[in-house]
Amino acid sequence: MFKPAALAYTYDGSFEGLLCCVFESYQWKETPLAIHSDGEEQGLLLESKWIATDSSRAGRVLKSLPLRICPEAEELVRLGFWSCTPDKELLLLNFLYLGFTHGRKVMNMLADDTVNTLHKAVQQLRREAHLYLGFVRFSVYGPVMAAVIEPKGFVLPVIQDHFCDRFYGESFMIYDKTHRMALIHQPGQQAIIPLEEWIPPEPDAAEEEYRRLWKGFYNAIGIRERRNDRLRSSLMPKRYWKHLTEMKGSTTAVSGGKPTGSSKMLEEGAPRLGDGEVFNSQ
Amino acid sequence: MDMMEKLEILTASAKYDVACTSSGSDRKNQAGGLGNAVSMGICHSFAADGRCISLLKVLMTNGCIYDCAYCVNRKSNQTRRAALSPEELADLTMQFYRRNYIEGLFLSSGIMRSPDYTTEQMIAALELLRNTYHFRGYIHVKAIPGADDVLLSRLGLLADRMSVNIELPSQQSLGLLAPDKSKNSILKPMSLIKEKINENRSDLVKYNHAPRFAPAGQSTQMIVGATPDTDFRILTLTEGLYRKYGLKRVFFSAYTPVVEHSLLPALDTKPPLLREHRLYQADWLLRFYGFQAGELLDEAAPNFNPLLDPKCSWAVNHREQFPVEINRAAYEQLLRVPGIGVRSAQRIVKARRAGALDFTALKKLGVVLKRAQFFITCKGRMLEGLKVSEHTLLRSLMSGQELAAIEPPQYEQLTLFSDSDLAALPAAGAAAHKGGDWP
Repeated sequence: MFKPAALAYTYDGSFEGLLCCVFESYQWKETPLAIHSDGEEQGLLLESKWIATDSSRAGRVLKSLPLRICPEAEELVRLGFWSCTPDKELLLLNFLYLGFTHGRKVMNMLADDTVNTLHKAVQQLRREAHLYLGFVRFSVYGPVMAAVIEPKGFVLPVIQDHFCDRFYGESFMIYDKTHRMALIHQPGQQAIIPLEEWIPPEPDAAEEEYRRLWKGFYNAIGIRERRNDRLRSSLMPKRYWKHLTEMKGSTTAVSGGKPTGSSKMLEEGAPRLGDGEVFNSQ
Repeated sequence: MDMMEKLEILTASAKYDVACTSSGSDRKNQAGGLGNAVSMGICHSFAADGRCISLLKVLMTNGCIYDCAYCVNRKSNQTRRAALSPEELADLTMQFYRRNYIEGLFLSSGIMRSPDYTTEQMIAALELLRNTYHFRGYIHVKAIPGADDVLLSRLGLLADRMSVNIELPSQQSLGLLAPDKSKNSILKPMSLIKEKINENRSDLVKYNHAPRFAPAGQSTQMIVGATPDTDFRILTLTEGLYRKYGLKRVFFSAYTPVVEHSLLPALDTKPPLLREHRLYQADWLLRFYGFQAGELLDEAAPNFNPLLDPKCSWAVNHREQFPVEINRAAYEQLLRVPGIGVRSAQRIVKARRAGALDFTALKKLGVVLKRAQFFITCKGRMLEGLKVSEHTLLRSLMSGQELAAIEPPQYEQLTLFSDSDLAALPAAGAAAHKGGDWP
């Protein structure tokens, strides 16, 4: 840690850019009070220093991570950069100060505030990414499939390998609405690219039918006597519901209130009486 | 009957099967295939009852020639019957899987004509999925007791996990409620699967490309609360199954009354969810915490305390083993402290290499100090200002919900816990503990 300098760094928001901030800090032996990415709101009235992204400088910092700390530290820093923790840039800078001082021992210093905060941020990102392995819902539009997600952290690079392996022969896109980025895959090719906006097209009849069947399955699998909304919301927080096929357009599921008359919702018990044959046949 | 109706009927019939895990298999996709398997398992949704939905859980048919009293699909129950053809089943699985609704298929079935015939139908569906559609996702299949060994072996080569449900934890209960099944008919396929898995393991060493037999192992399920079997009986059986048959999981299912029967709890009985919860907690202690069934319960105290979780109960009765010193205790000792789980124990072991830990550090590592504080020292000291009397100890170990349950609504403000309430505690736990041990 160097003596604090009364200025803020501004960089272009890329991972390489952040590594250049680290380089800058070591070069001038100064610790900025804040690091902002370009275009982000700047709260403090500080003199701001623009840090240009220079890939040779970034490369030098990146190369030193596995050498002077350990290979796991590099992964931790990358994941930390994708997390949504506030002031992640300064947090990562502080972590690197510690790392370059203590070497690989820093990975064990879990009780240190900086290391602890970084671990928690990464844990949250990993958890969200894991949830999205299950919560991504594709719609099939002819030969291609597409899904929209709204994660807090930048999970696309974390879930990329999983989906590209699983749907190896498919052409698909996962659009991250929060970060305006899209993972695009077609056999043999994949990339994460910026995409300002994407509006899903209207589903065709077959797609509608499978969505309906899936909702039917979802409502039939729950055991009425064991209904537990709190448990469901803690395992599948409500912020994910918006893009989940089975929770969309189902007021029963969202509010637990009256079921919409049209569909066969087993959930509340009563609606099933509509098609009385279920209980009366035979 | 349209697809929607069939799906609803066959799902509603399958929903009492608990196992929905998709873990234990690690398989990459390959050219021309769809899907892979991830060893940690993935939940794709959570139903209104809070249970995870990972697999498309359906029966091939809910028609059955057996008449097990506890089962919705029993022959004598007046209910709608439906069946899916192997083609319908394969198409539905593929379409759901592509949309990432599911992690794979959980296939079970009522018994059509005979166990052999039923198994053949299931094999047909799975062969279609694996060989024609090149589906590489997860498949959990129920082994039908009484089916031919050759058929079961074929089934195991198509599936990731197989299961045979024990259903009732004792032969006596089985005889009363499931007269068509016997202990033997259930354990026979179980040991066959175990042998096949072991055989396959040595084959894999010899031949790299030997087909894999149920790579995610086998599991089973028991109904809790339909019969008078005790927790001790259930837990010992569970432990035995893990040891003897190498099971990956034993699931418990709180009995939800579905049919009226003189030998079963009445229809308005609530499913014993807390009991099920306690059994799962104990199951975790067996699998990850190095506990043995005999340590948690015994003949004299055959049931779990509804107010304290099994680990706390054990710790309260084994005060002589505490406190443990956080900075020196072995990993196995740390695991036995209430409030310290597998994750936090691992973190402690890692973090103390970098420096001695104090109570603030423990909090950061995710230790639940509210419980752990009574059982640990940091650098040789208990938490400062901590008073340990029997009442504060028990009160702190119980969660708010559990306390609320034993506490009558109170109107005076300052006496949230009068001593008379706490005096009732040992009584409430009496069923679960030897009188002498209980403080």
